[in-house]
Amino acid sequence: MSGSSVTTRPARPKTSGPGRTLIVFYFIMTIAALARSIFEIVVHLGTAPFAYLLSLFAGIVYLVATIALITPGRRAFRIAATAITIELVGVLVVGTISVADFGLFPFSGDRSTVWAYYGLEYLLIPLALPILGLLFLRSQRRVFAEA
Amino acid sequence: MIAGYTAVEIAVAVAAGVLALVLGLAGRRPSDLSLAGPALIEVLLIAQLVVAIVAPGTGNRPTGNPVEFFAYLLSALVIPPAAVVWALMERTRWAVVVVGISCLAIAVMLVRMQIIWTVQHA
Repeated sequence: MSGSSVTTRPARPKTSGPGRTLIVFYFIMTIAALARSIFEIVVHLGTAPFAYLLSLFAGIVYLVATIALITPGRRAFRIAATAITIELVGVLVVGTISVADFGLFPFSGDRSTVWAYYGLEYLLIPLALPILGLLFLRSQRRVFAEA
Repeated sequence: MIAGYTAVEIAVAVAAGVLALVLGLAGRRPSDLSLAGPALIEVLLIAQLVVAIVAPGTGNRPTGNPVEFFAYLLSALVIPPAAVVWALMERTRWAVVVVGISCLAIAVMLVRMQIIWTVQHA
């Protein structure tokens, strides 16, 4: 009995162990970015529409990455890898632009965005997450393929 | 919000967060000690909700947007039960690490709540 229940249980080792910590960070960033951008878009979109839409985009990328990291299977692996790569490029590009021209995403006056200054407002977690995420995916390649 | 009370909440959240992180990374499984932190934080946050509802009536009004404030507070209220339930479902050291991270996240959210209440648009 117990043997068969073990074999029929879906293999989802990603949500346990250290990978769980990563998924929790992705979940927190999803909530933070989506809640912030939706609030800003609803209440004062006119203040800095580009910054808010960038935050919304970041939130959607985090959401896709979170779901793909939890889901087993090859397809989820590819989706997670794609989303996290987009996230890495996004935080590097937006971060570099914000540092190159401080006037684009000023800290004051609610005109910044999630990836500005490489995610400094979020303790640089947005910079660390995609790097850890890609390393995690690399270490889990076999787990995803078997699931 | 009451600044002194917020300071107590943040201190408890940071202490509980660091404790759970240390216990988790040291390999401990979920225990009364590591789960007492989020339980205490939840009680403090429920009291905070009452304070936030009553305070404007006594002249202590938020300077910032109340919708943004309550979005943070209600999100914070959901986090400790979720972390504890997950820790009880899967009793591993990583569940304790997750509890620690969630406590620290609440500390950050409380700082943001205090800013919205007293500094934003002031």
